[in-house]
Amino acid sequence: MLRILAALILSLGFASLGQAQDLQPVLQSHASEIAKPSRSSVSTALDALVASGLPQVTPFLEAWTDKGIWQRDADGVFFYGSAKGSDLTLRDVDTDAETVVTTNGYTELRPNGGVRRVIGTALVQFQLSDPDITRRLSAIDSIARRPDADQLEPLLASIDGEADRALKARKIQLANFLSASFAPTVADRITAIDSLSRDTSIEARAVLNQILSTKSAVATTLPEANIARTLTPGDDLTVAEAYDRLIAADLAPPVIPPAAIRDALAANIIDGRVGGLPTAQLGTDAARAQAYAALAAAGTVAPLVTAQDQTAAAAQHVFYEVYDQDDAAITDAARAALTSVETRVAAARFADLALDALSLASIYFLAAIGLAITFGVMGVINMAHGEFIMMGAYTGYVVQQFVPDYTLSIIIALPLAFAVTFAAGVTMERLVIRHLYHRPLETLLATFGISIALQQLAKNIFGTQARPLTSPGWLDGAWVLSDVIQISYIRIAIFVLALLFLGLIILILNRTRLGLEVRAVTQNPGMAASMGIDPDRINMMTFGLGSGIAGIAGVAIGLYAKVTSEMGADYIVQSFMTVVVGGVGNVWGTLAGASLIGFLQKGIEFLNPSNTLAAQTYMVLFIILFIQFRPKGIVAQKGRAAAD
Amino acid sequence: MTQGFLVTNRSVRWFLMALALFTAVVAFGSEASGAGLVSTSLVKTLGKTLCLCLIAVAMDVVWGYCGILSLGHFAFFGIGGYAVGMWLMYARTEGIVMSSLQAQTIPPTPAEVSDAIGSQIFGVVGSSDFPMIWAFAHSLPLQLLMVVLVPGFLALIFGWLAFRSRVTGVYLSILTQAMTLALSLYLFQNDSGLRGNNGLSGLQNIPGFEQTSQATISLVFFLASALALGLGYVLFAWVVAGKMGSVVKGIRDNEARVRFLGYRVEGYKLFVFTLTAVVSGIAGALYYPQAGIINPAEIAPIASIYLAVWVAIGGRGRLYGAVIGAALVSLLSSWFTGGGAPDVNLGFYRIQWTDWWLVLLGLSFVCVTLFFPKGIGGLFDYIVRKPS
Repeated sequence: MLRILAALILSLGFASLGQAQDLQPVLQSHASEIAKPSRSSVSTALDALVASGLPQVTPFLEAWTDKGIWQRDADGVFFYGSAKGSDLTLRDVDTDAETVVTTNGYTELRPNGGVRRVIGTALVQFQLSDPDITRRLSAIDSIARRPDADQLEPLLASIDGEADRALKARKIQLANFLSASFAPTVADRITAIDSLSRDTSIEARAVLNQILSTKSAVATTLPEANIARTLTPGDDLTVAEAYDRLIAADLAPPVIPPAAIRDALAANIIDGRVGGLPTAQLGTDAARAQAYAALAAAGTVAPLVTAQDQTAAAAQHVFYEVYDQDDAAITDAARAALTSVETRVAAARFADLALDALSLASIYFLAAIGLAITFGVMGVINMAHGEFIMMGAYTGYVVQQFVPDYTLSIIIALPLAFAVTFAAGVTMERLVIRHLYHRPLETLLATFGISIALQQLAKNIFGTQARPLTSPGWLDGAWVLSDVIQISYIRIAIFVLALLFLGLIILILNRTRLGLEVRAVTQNPGMAASMGIDPDRINMMTFGLGSGIAGIAGVAIGLYAKVTSEMGADYIVQSFMTVVVGGVGNVWGTLAGASLIGFLQKGIEFLNPSNTLAAQTYMVLFIILFIQFRPKGIVAQKGRAAAD
Repeated sequence: MTQGFLVTNRSVRWFLMALALFTAVVAFGSEASGAGLVSTSLVKTLGKTLCLCLIAVAMDVVWGYCGILSLGHFAFFGIGGYAVGMWLMYARTEGIVMSSLQAQTIPPTPAEVSDAIGSQIFGVVGSSDFPMIWAFAHSLPLQLLMVVLVPGFLALIFGWLAFRSRVTGVYLSILTQAMTLALSLYLFQNDSGLRGNNGLSGLQNIPGFEQTSQATISLVFFLASALALGLGYVLFAWVVAGKMGSVVKGIRDNEARVRFLGYRVEGYKLFVFTLTAVVSGIAGALYYPQAGIINPAEIAPIASIYLAVWVAIGGRGRLYGAVIGAALVSLLSSWFTGGGAPDVNLGFYRIQWTDWWLVLLGLSFVCVTLFFPKGIGGLFDYIVRKPS
């Protein structure tokens, strides 16, 4: 007796233990609902599954909706199964033990669409509360991809239990999207829509735009509906467009195009005449219309639809756009929210544009500052400056051929590029420019000669194809502030580099002996010479410095643009403009010029985004006009260069 | 007046005689005259070179005599080419379209003709409508007027703005370069109405002369170019020789002093700038029918700088110097880049001139600027002693 009792207790204990751990008993207790589910009966089975709280429930539900569950006919036990021909691989729902059998004696569960949706909702609920965060994330992503009314409730239910803060915020956001579209009461939807007015993400805008989607329609009288707007032919749409809509709605006969008129006439030539007119006279539209009218009167062709007919037909109808959403309160709220979102987005775009402009300005600054120094101090315009930029970039490329580590190679390349172009600049100053100080226009031509020679030389050495200058890995990617505002790290690096050089140059000019002498020679070379400064040496040093900075600018530019023999030529005109607009021989002037040109170019590009060539054209025109009003640039210079 | 002018200017007489002799030799030796000593392609090259000489003379007047280093005269050259190219392209396409439409039983309406021409011309840029600037393209006289008016007007506006605000020296050069850049960037756009970077093509086929051989056409253009160069040379020689020429040279040497003497410097500069722009336009209008194609790359800023290079190498401040420079450098350039020059074998390296020509040109240009500021024309001073 005792033994029997013990066995009973033991088996009970096992049974209760089994209930806690195994899914199969739960499934068996609702076997009929699971095997032959209907939309009403399946919910009891689902409730039981949910109540069991087992981790196996989620994969089971997934498999169920995917037709991956088989039932053994003999005892009704459920398995995961995949059939291949007549072979069936079965896997136990709890132990994952695999067996291979034939499909005879097993039945695949095939829930219908309605049932699958009910299961899906339950599944979402499971996934949203899954202890594994990656599963929760994928559930959220799948909801975001295919939003559905049924997902709203499980989503809302899962918010409170969410432990991860970022995911919770995301869930709340997604719940708002869903409520805006699918909440049962109008008031709930409007509350959700209002909450979207502070969300600038692309998703939020898509939700609002979807609520505000409209259909174009045409009718004889305006129907009772949630009308977005009515269109007046002639103002909001052309008469031809209006008429096209009438044709599309089968409210008017189609227009006969000129080509069809011609073909109809050509098809009806009788004895060299059509509709009473000789073919030779049909070279005008009026004659063709007359001949066609005659044909139409005889009933041979469809009558012509004249422009008057089109206008009259358009006037007899109302053209309107109607919201897909019937409730005006919702569309009003959505429109208000969208307006508010768009204002925020516009502000964010503006900030993004300003960042872009800033990075462009720093590139121009880097490219132009060397030019500005040489021009300002020596009154010499160096047409080969662009080629010094190119030289710097190629130096970086060559260094990368020897030093495979990108970070290290950039650190080596920057000073090396400075050294190479410094040497090139000093050589050029000694050999050519020194002899041409009193003929500034000829310096321009001589340096141009050097520029084409250097460019061709680079082409001969490195070939015509672009060479890559790869940036280190930590400069890849972009700093993303929001969906709208983002800026790549390379551009930030260039900005920092430009700031660094601004500081360095100001330091050199204002705090060092060289700077003092450079400023003295700039202001009055004769007086400086009588004070014991050697203008020759200063000129040489200045030219070297300006060229060296061009080399560093070359490395910086090469990091985000391709290195070609023509890259200098792309920047040289822009650099000239920067110098001329900013005012010669002044660091602040160059900074102002670069900022003006950078912001201007981005501004014009923003107003005319499809056409960057047009933007550049307008910018050059603007600069030409600007020079009219400030011929000496923003910061006018006093001293030697100011005299010419 | 002109008779007396020619008598007093020996260099003009010499130049005209040399030009006439050269023209006669080429004309009688050409394939069109039956001799066949000068090939048609060479006649074309020489005719184009004469047009380049003409714009170089204009450049010399504006730079060598007036001291304005304009880096924009090739833009005017290009505008002239575009203006005449529009008519050539329109008229030729019209001929083709008309002959294909004639085949239909019903004669075409004007709208159909214009549509067909439009889609032929602008098909490459995905359009078929005629832009506003093609309004006169159907008429040769109007379009020839454009050759003169558009560069003249542009130069007038630009020059007025620039000279009025006393932009001089390097600034002015950069400003003219900016103008050229703006124009070429504008023309590079597909919706500029001038077929974007495709440019205008097929210009060597002259409408109405389809049956005439290219040999004859090229000879006619060669003669026309020679005539234009002769006339342009005499015109500019006359401009720089008289009292006005003295003022212009004075502006070059010391602008402020001329202004203080009471001359309206801006007016003189504007006149010279505009006149040379107009002549550049005419040179372009003669050049591009011989070249056969024009595209925006032709008027990129670099082309105008080359123009200055020719004049500097030839010798500034003397008109024949500009002619020599333009002819020499452009012919040498096509000889070297066309593979005409033999490679130089250095043993360890083989110099291929197609690659090294620009290096040579650049360096020789530096040398000319440094050591021969008077250019090749300066050599004539050693031959001809100027009466003191």
